[in-house]
Amino acid sequence: MSLPRTLITGAAGIALLATTLTLSGCTGAKVGAGASGAPSAKSCVDTSGDSIKIGFINSLSGTMAISEKPVQQALYLAEKQINAAGGVLGKTLSVVTSDGASDPNTFAQKADKLLTQDCVAAVFGGWTSASRKAMLPVFERDNGLLFYPVQYEGMESSKNIFYIGATTNQQIVPAMDYLAQQGKKKVFLVGSDYVFPRTANKIIDAYAKAKGIDIVGEEYAPLGSVDFTTIVSKLKASGADAVFNTLNGDSNVAFFKEYTNAGFTAKTVPVLSVSIAEQEVKGIGVQNIEGQLTAWNYYQTIGSPANDAFVSAFQKEYGQDAVVDDPMEDAYSSLFLWKAMVEKAKSFDVKAIQENSDGVSYDAPEGTMTVSGKNHHVTKTARIGVIEPSGLIDTVWQSPSAITPDPYLTGPDYPWAAGLATGASAAPSN
Amino acid sequence: MTLVLTTIVSGLCVGSLLLLIALGLGLTFGQMGVINNAHGEFIMIGAYTAYLVQRALGDPGSSLLLSLPVAFVTAGLLGVVLEVTLLRRMHRRPLDTLLVTFGVSLVLQQLARDLFGAPSVNVTAPAWLSGDPFVIAGADVPRTWVFLFALSIGCVLGLRIVLGVTPLGRRIRATVQNRDLAETSGISTAATDRMTFFIGSGLAGVAGVGVTLLGAISPTLGTSYIVNAFLVVVAGGIGQLWGSVVAAFGLGILESFIGFSIGQSTAQALVFLVVVVFLQFRPQGLIALRTRSIA
Repeated sequence: MSLPRTLITGAAGIALLATTLTLSGCTGAKVGAGASGAPSAKSCVDTSGDSIKIGFINSLSGTMAISEKPVQQALYLAEKQINAAGGVLGKTLSVVTSDGASDPNTFAQKADKLLTQDCVAAVFGGWTSASRKAMLPVFERDNGLLFYPVQYEGMESSKNIFYIGATTNQQIVPAMDYLAQQGKKKVFLVGSDYVFPRTANKIIDAYAKAKGIDIVGEEYAPLGSVDFTTIVSKLKASGADAVFNTLNGDSNVAFFKEYTNAGFTAKTVPVLSVSIAEQEVKGIGVQNIEGQLTAWNYYQTIGSPANDAFVSAFQKEYGQDAVVDDPMEDAYSSLFLWKAMVEKAKSFDVKAIQENSDGVSYDAPEGTMTVSGKNHHVTKTARIGVIEPSGLIDTVWQSPSAITPDPYLTGPDYPWAAGLATGASAAPSN
Repeated sequence: MTLVLTTIVSGLCVGSLLLLIALGLGLTFGQMGVINNAHGEFIMIGAYTAYLVQRALGDPGSSLLLSLPVAFVTAGLLGVVLEVTLLRRMHRRPLDTLLVTFGVSLVLQQLARDLFGAPSVNVTAPAWLSGDPFVIAGADVPRTWVFLFALSIGCVLGLRIVLGVTPLGRRIRATVQNRDLAETSGISTAATDRMTFFIGSGLAGVAGVGVTLLGAISPTLGTSYIVNAFLVVVAGGIGQLWGSVVAAFGLGILESFIGFSIGQSTAQALVFLVVVVFLQFRPQGLIALRTRSIA
């Protein structure tokens, strides 16, 4: 009868072990200590030689490696092209790579090392909102620059971060506009249980209330969960005519399998997903999600000279079957945006770049991106796509013009969002 | 009424999955007292076996049926290797076993990552499982779940027969009830342990084939099941086959009811809370073995 007790003691042992490992991993950085208010450290960036150092920080191991490795490939492609064309202000780029290891603390620690020991002029990378939130105080304290390449939940703006992915009003709001346009009146929300889905759904709730759409269910599954019987049964009972999906990673496979098993199809109750891009389609298996909708700003299939050049250059570098998606395209473009900012400022200095960032633009594969100096986001065209049997995504709708970023949804177009920003964690710092 | 029925049906679904993953553990942990943290990785191995079999055969229907015995033998043999090389040497040192098998599980995960890559892979469900759901008294029951329910009940019955009427089953029961006495009666407990471990790990492999119908196959697949498997075995009563069955379906229905009324993300935490409180009052679990053994 002593067995359960032994088990409990043992489990405590493992927990202790895990804690020790985490702690020993943290000793390098004093993350978040006295973050933004402290006088910024004197820059140690060396601009005297023929080359200038930049940092790439992506998860090369752990659960996020699937998504972040391709992002780094896109960054390297941009670096290669820039160097081939003569570098930036006559200096060759030299890259320092860091592995964020899918762990926010590691991201913060490695970012600190990149800024204070490797002395890079700018850092590119990050994926999860948790990794960005962990790095934010480090960049503010060390006065560095982070170019973040992924769509996120909005309600944030730091003078030390440039957000190259979509903010809420460039992805989630247009996606809801599209569903409303299609005559959908009863929407069911399903998401993984963490910051992005919860914040996104708060915004969707406010939107739905103002536009007369019923939110007939709002369900969260623990990250990595594969048990969707209850959630799909609830979906069935709710009588929803569309699903808004913010699930992450492998949970999508389990959700879509259960959805198909329960007799749903893309024709009857379409699912609109905001975290499934071309890379994820490969992992989920196209047979599970063919015909479903996605909301992004870029698809590999976009027909434009800039995109044709990008896709063929990428496939020449990484193989004919290589697939590109929205975050990769944002990462690639972020390096060129930084180059344009440096050239406008005629300096690698962080303050000079911040002051000159407003209005800098780059003809990205998705269309022209223009930086807003006010909130450090860029203009983007919203695109709704449908997943094809080939695994690629075709655009079925796009916003008439590029959308001006509004991370706190305070603009005149979003009266229903009043009050949402008050709960936000960081106030605009510019 | 339909809602209550739907809840119960989906609870039975969750329960059959819980039962399937806990059954093998019920043998190795419940009967032998070995805390095997790598049990989840045997589930993962079963899942990858299903993937490989399907890649070799192509036809989803026949490869699903064939992968059940193949996964049983593959995971079972790996279990025996683990038993003979490591666990045998730590007999009656449960804390050491706990840490060693935790290490083994990390090694197996990394091996899978190196062999199959970090991105998850998928198995296609056969057409006879992906058709329209059955309708039972107004509630929809997806075909996959009927299959998993049948599979878990089949495994329970099979295990019951092996334990109840075969000579091997008698040896296993004798060893569990009193190891020393069994040994003095001429039973080779070492050989019995090996066979028990073979069956227990093999059942994990079968569970692995079952879970491929529900989600993606990734190197870390096992970690999402291992805790629930321990939960079922402990709540059901250590070493009690029927305890595990009752606990699995009970917890499944409980989780389903909480999931429906409060929310899926709270359900798991509340189920744990209920089990913790329950074990305070009944530390031996639902069903307890009456024994005169002092061990």
